[in-house]
Amino acid sequence: MSADLTTRYLGFELAHPIVPSASPLTGSVASLRKLEEAGAPAVVLPSLFEEQIVHEAAELAHLVESLSGSFIESPGGYFPELDTYNTGPDAYLRLIEDAKRELHIPIIASLNGSTRGGWVHYARLIEDAGADALELNIYVVAANATFTGSEMETQYLELVEAVKEKINIPLAVKVSPYFSAFANMAKQLVDAGADSLVMFNRFYQPDFDIEEMDVTPNLELSTSHDLRLPLRWIAILFGRLQTQFAATSGVHSAEDVVKLLLAGADVTMTTAALLKYGPGHLTELVCDLERWLDDNDYTSVSQLRGSLSQTNAPDPAAFERHNYMKALTTFRSPSVA
Amino acid sequence: MPYITVDGNEATASVAYRLSEVISIYPITPASPMGELSDTWSAAGKPNLWSTVPQVIEMQSEGGAAGALHGALQGGALTTTFTASQGLLLMIPNMFKVSGELLPTVIHVAARSVATHALSIFGDHSDVMAARMTGFAMLASSSVQEAQDMALISHAATLSSRVPFMHFFDGFRTSHEIAKIESLIDADLRAMVDEEAILAFRARRLSPDGPVIRGTAQNPDVFFQGREAANPYYDALPDIVVTAMDRFHSLTGRRYHLFDYVGAPDAQRVIVMMGSGIGAAEQAVNQLVADGEKVGLLKVRLYRPFSPEALVAALPPTTISLAVLDRTKEPGAVGEPLYQDVITALAEETALGRTAWDIAPRVIGGRYGLSSKEFTPPMAMAVLDELRQPQPKPHFTVGIIDDVTHLSLRYDPDRYHEADTEYRAVFYGLGSDGTVGANKNSVKIIGDATDMYAQGYFVYDSRKSGSQTVSHLRFGPKPIDSTYLIDSAQFVGVHHFEFFHQMNPLAVAAPGATVLINSPHGDNLWDYLPADVVATIVEKQLDVHVIDASQVASNAGLGGRVNTVLQACFFDLAKVLEPAVALEYIKKSIRKSYAKFGEVVVEHNEAAVDDAIVSHRRLRIPEVAPSVTARPPRLNGSAPDFVQKVTNAMLEGKGDLLPVSALPADGTFPTGTTKYEKRSIAHEIPTWDPSLCIDCAKCVLVCPHTAIQMKVYDPAFLENAPAGFQSKPWTGKDFPGASMTIQVAPDDCTGCGVCVDVCPARSKEEAKHKSLDMTTKVPILEQEQENFEFFLGLPEQDRKLIKIESVKGSQMLQPLMEFSGACAGCGETPYLRLLSQLFGDRLTIANATGCSSIYGGNLPTTPWTTNDQGRGPAWANSLFEDNAEFGLGMRLALDQQIVEADGLLAGLASQLPEDLVAGLRDGRLADETSVEEQRSRVLQLKDLLTGLEDVRSERLRTVADALVHKTVWIVGGDGWAYDIGFGGLDHVLASGRNVNILVLDTEVYSNTGGQASKATPRAAVAKFAASGRQVGKKDLGMIASAYGDVYVAQVAIGANNTQTVKAFAEAEAYDGPSLIIAYSQCIAHGIDMSTGFSHQKEAVTSGYWPLYRYDPRSAGEGKHPFHLDSRAPTTTFKEFAATEARYAMLARSQPERAEELFGLAQDDIDARWKLYEQMADVERRIPDLEDHE
Repeated sequence: MSADLTTRYLGFELAHPIVPSASPLTGSVASLRKLEEAGAPAVVLPSLFEEQIVHEAAELAHLVESLSGSFIESPGGYFPELDTYNTGPDAYLRLIEDAKRELHIPIIASLNGSTRGGWVHYARLIEDAGADALELNIYVVAANATFTGSEMETQYLELVEAVKEKINIPLAVKVSPYFSAFANMAKQLVDAGADSLVMFNRFYQPDFDIEEMDVTPNLELSTSHDLRLPLRWIAILFGRLQTQFAATSGVHSAEDVVKLLLAGADVTMTTAALLKYGPGHLTELVCDLERWLDDNDYTSVSQLRGSLSQTNAPDPAAFERHNYMKALTTFRSPSVA
Repeated sequence: MPYITVDGNEATASVAYRLSEVISIYPITPASPMGELSDTWSAAGKPNLWSTVPQVIEMQSEGGAAGALHGALQGGALTTTFTASQGLLLMIPNMFKVSGELLPTVIHVAARSVATHALSIFGDHSDVMAARMTGFAMLASSSVQEAQDMALISHAATLSSRVPFMHFFDGFRTSHEIAKIESLIDADLRAMVDEEAILAFRARRLSPDGPVIRGTAQNPDVFFQGREAANPYYDALPDIVVTAMDRFHSLTGRRYHLFDYVGAPDAQRVIVMMGSGIGAAEQAVNQLVADGEKVGLLKVRLYRPFSPEALVAALPPTTISLAVLDRTKEPGAVGEPLYQDVITALAEETALGRTAWDIAPRVIGGRYGLSSKEFTPPMAMAVLDELRQPQPKPHFTVGIIDDVTHLSLRYDPDRYHEADTEYRAVFYGLGSDGTVGANKNSVKIIGDATDMYAQGYFVYDSRKSGSQTVSHLRFGPKPIDSTYLIDSAQFVGVHHFEFFHQMNPLAVAAPGATVLINSPHGDNLWDYLPADVVATIVEKQLDVHVIDASQVASNAGLGGRVNTVLQACFFDLAKVLEPAVALEYIKKSIRKSYAKFGEVVVEHNEAAVDDAIVSHRRLRIPEVAPSVTARPPRLNGSAPDFVQKVTNAMLEGKGDLLPVSALPADGTFPTGTTKYEKRSIAHEIPTWDPSLCIDCAKCVLVCPHTAIQMKVYDPAFLENAPAGFQSKPWTGKDFPGASMTIQVAPDDCTGCGVCVDVCPARSKEEAKHKSLDMTTKVPILEQEQENFEFFLGLPEQDRKLIKIESVKGSQMLQPLMEFSGACAGCGETPYLRLLSQLFGDRLTIANATGCSSIYGGNLPTTPWTTNDQGRGPAWANSLFEDNAEFGLGMRLALDQQIVEADGLLAGLASQLPEDLVAGLRDGRLADETSVEEQRSRVLQLKDLLTGLEDVRSERLRTVADALVHKTVWIVGGDGWAYDIGFGGLDHVLASGRNVNILVLDTEVYSNTGGQASKATPRAAVAKFAASGRQVGKKDLGMIASAYGDVYVAQVAIGANNTQTVKAFAEAEAYDGPSLIIAYSQCIAHGIDMSTGFSHQKEAVTSGYWPLYRYDPRSAGEGKHPFHLDSRAPTTTFKEFAATEARYAMLARSQPERAEELFGLAQDDIDARWKLYEQMADVERRIPDLEDHE
């Protein structure tokens, strides 16, 4: 008999714990449908970026307006006047509506705001559009030297509270690991209203073009190696916080899924592998997971979940500083005899 | 009756669209907006009166539009078109046909000058008068209200009469004036058009179900009679128009007649005229009648057919004399057309005894208002005064000073003052700051939301960078008929403080007027105002308010857009409306204007409004006149006399005061005048760090304004250099020991930043620091002015020693095109400057109408210039459509002179030194050394010819210069080359003659405002392609290369400058027709123009713009003449398109269509690349060339 793969996440019972997360693949109804056909139990839509909405609207208005009334032979500017430019959240909200209409799985929307008002405003719009749950994708580069860590944390928490207060759908919070005391921060986020912690977000990081001597932001797709960070923190927090955990980053194979479930994840989220191999890879992942569970005599995912968390691991200290020392001492370089 | 606030074009198009089924269009100023609106409405699915959506089709020329119109009429579709000027002239052949076949239609004309001694985009009646014998009826409108009303009357009358109509109104003054008018609703239109006439028209359509034949060829036996057979239709037409006007009156209450008379019922002196000047003339008549004078004005509505009976009936029987004003000129005629019609009609009617007088009134005729020359009430008064003279001038002009033929009438400009019941406001803005848009918006707010009438008229200068706009707004309780600029304003807005350094904007202020100044100087304003401005403020007791609008706009998230801020201040200060009410309307208007861009844009503008009204403050005028600054001179002091007297007057806005004698009679002007004008429009200019410079000259190559230049020279010349003058050793081996300097022309730079963008030399320690950095201009201006002056004095490098075909070498050559008024970051001008550097001293240019003819030849100053020997490009513009032929003609003339010179030289050889004759005969080569040597020989020849007593010697002297190599380049944009001029271009390519054609391909009609051409690629959003262009770009290069013996290159100077320079050199060297298609980024692409040249690389790497050269000289057995100069695409069309608003806009507005078109655009690229790859492998022989060899 096959193992029971079901899991619960944000109030929904999912057929299995491998969820396609935000990517171009979740950006259109056509590709969402392919993911559903491939067995996706839920999907996370790409983030609605408030900053981008503001920037694009301002740029477009400037472009169209600055060219009109400039030249005597073209007083009306250089572009035909269009009824709409779809600069606001409308296209995103329409994606939610269309996805809800076309798909049968839970639709988790994602939001990255830049102002307090914007977070709340767009969260409500997303809920009104029919999203089943909302993932707040919070990422702030604390570059201001006068802004303290605690101020930053307060900002996060107030934001989660404000959004939670205004919406009724489940709220996941996706954060970065860059907090001085992440466990405490995680606890506070849960206390502020997070129904799930999504660990961790990946954003464009600056890179250098050493030919052009320029800074070139880009996004490197994850590798399996990247699951180490969520693996550690989920393992540490599992059983200590009354919340759910979604693991992102580095989920490429069933083994990766198994590891994160062992750490305590309720769901694992995959992007890079699907982008690389296509939606069909999801089906393979699920089959492989099922096979692994069967081969290893697990009856269900819930049986597996958290069994190697810090609480349940034979060597709890391995998740803390000790881990670093052990890694060094056991490392063998081919060049070292 | 509902009111609307629209301009004349929209008022007209609204009627024409609703009454049409097919609309064929082609862009031409000032009629383009009528076509654009129709296209927009059609694209949006707006139905006509019969609930179908008219088909709107852009044609390749007005000739094409007329042909399509003719065909659609034959097919039984209600069809219309819109045009002006040369466009109307191109329609004339079809107009004869359409009227000859009694096909009902209306051509709406925004009347504009026909190009003669110069092109002019402005308004007069020379175009419609040139079409007056086509058989079209002609109905004239004189205001925005009338443009709408007469549009309907003409559509109604053409259906009833079968005679086609030309409905016209004055370009700009009416077409672009915004006014509050009573609108015509669908029910009005329905009541006016005769449905039975429409059915009858349809029944006459060409159909195989009831075939007839039209357009037969007729012989002497019947043609004449056939022509006369249509007489009854024309005889009946005046009454049909009267009937339509009567019905219109019953529907709307607005009364029109064939001729409308206003003034004293017992008038003795009457002006007769048509068009927008009527407004000014009526004001003059009203005042004179109020003063007790017996004067009047006869407004001509129906000009063709001209009804003598109606004319006489409309005139007071007391009329003794008439002054007929024509807004056109017919050189050599007894008088202008309207004058001749009036005098003939009066003579006829008098002879027939159908008048109240026995001897017809005296009639004099005058010209006024050519090319939108102002026509004011004082001018009309002067005309009426002239009629009082015992011997009035039979022919006169008014509005100018004619000191040559002394035809002009004197007038007193202060004789008439506008009513105080109107509120008049004048605003000075920059083209790019949104002032015009905000003022249009203010007119609409007041017009739409209040009982007041409103009028807006906008004046622009002709520059495309740093252009100034002046908005003239009137508001009042009665319809506004002032059809001239405001000269006394109760409110003056100066939206950029820099304007005070160029002129006195407050000269237009009425005493006690409110003034709003946008200034960063706060209370220290007085320290920066020139003396005459201060004097104006004090003398007129102006109420001056100041705001730092840029700061307010920036705080609100609007960047540098000050329009909303200053609009809010205007309403707050002017009190045209209750401020709180005004605020509400402004915010409503903001929502209407900006909501489509996104809520955030609305919020930013609303925030700006709120902040604006608390941020302006009254400037306290000190009791003692404060210290003042002097206004910098507009001209460089070294300017020659003509420039000092004539050009400078134009620059100072006093061109209207120049007398006739100041202007050349044949339109010939000196070149090289931009260098005398110091516009100084940039806030930031590049500064050069020689320690980083790698001598690549890329900055010089791409500079659109020749405002950054390079010289390589002997360091000894640095002896007297200013202290801040920079130089460095030249690293090239071509000039060992030489120094070099990259120098900015600080007053000519537009601050576009493309030089900094392409500069590859970065500091090792500080990556943001390049060899060129943009720097705030003011602190370095004086130093850089001194440096540039010194730089100009450095010697030019010897052309014979320069490797001209290289990028560095080409940029050492003196540019002979400089400081044009092109857009900042223009993608076209670097090609032209390169052309001037490579061949400028032996170059003749035929330039098609378009952007390049505007920045290249629009007065006051022009950029093509000369070297220190007085040689430089000779430039001429003929028309839009004929440029290839025009250039070919130049070549033919040159070739003929060469033939003649060769023949005369041979004939005189025995009287000349043998070696000189041999040298002249064999030395006509293109290389620099040969050119210089040949010039010396020609000089020697001319000297020797002076001493010969042979009659042939003088003839040879006049053509001897042809013995030196010369080149003809034919230059124009894609609208010319791909569309309107393609037939001629194709013919010239097939001619085998040695001409070079440079197509500056912006992929859109840039000059007329961004309409799609056949160069517009698939998926690009443009006017007439609001949903993205459906079909792919025409491959002009492949068409040309099909001939085999045409040199063809496709280049992009920012992507591969070496290939570009090489292509120019090869095209020039090829003794046959050459075609270079040059990628030219344009503001119409919606890109960051400061990175426009580096952006060209993305066009090439994506395969969007492949680079190639097809050289017939490389053809032959086993040879491959087609060379691909770019590599296979490495990026996608989507990646390229994402960086340009013309594509990104479609992706936003219609994502699904964008997806489809983007996919097809990628297919286009892939297919083209595959074709080109195969082309590169194709062996090709060109038998003609082989035979020739």
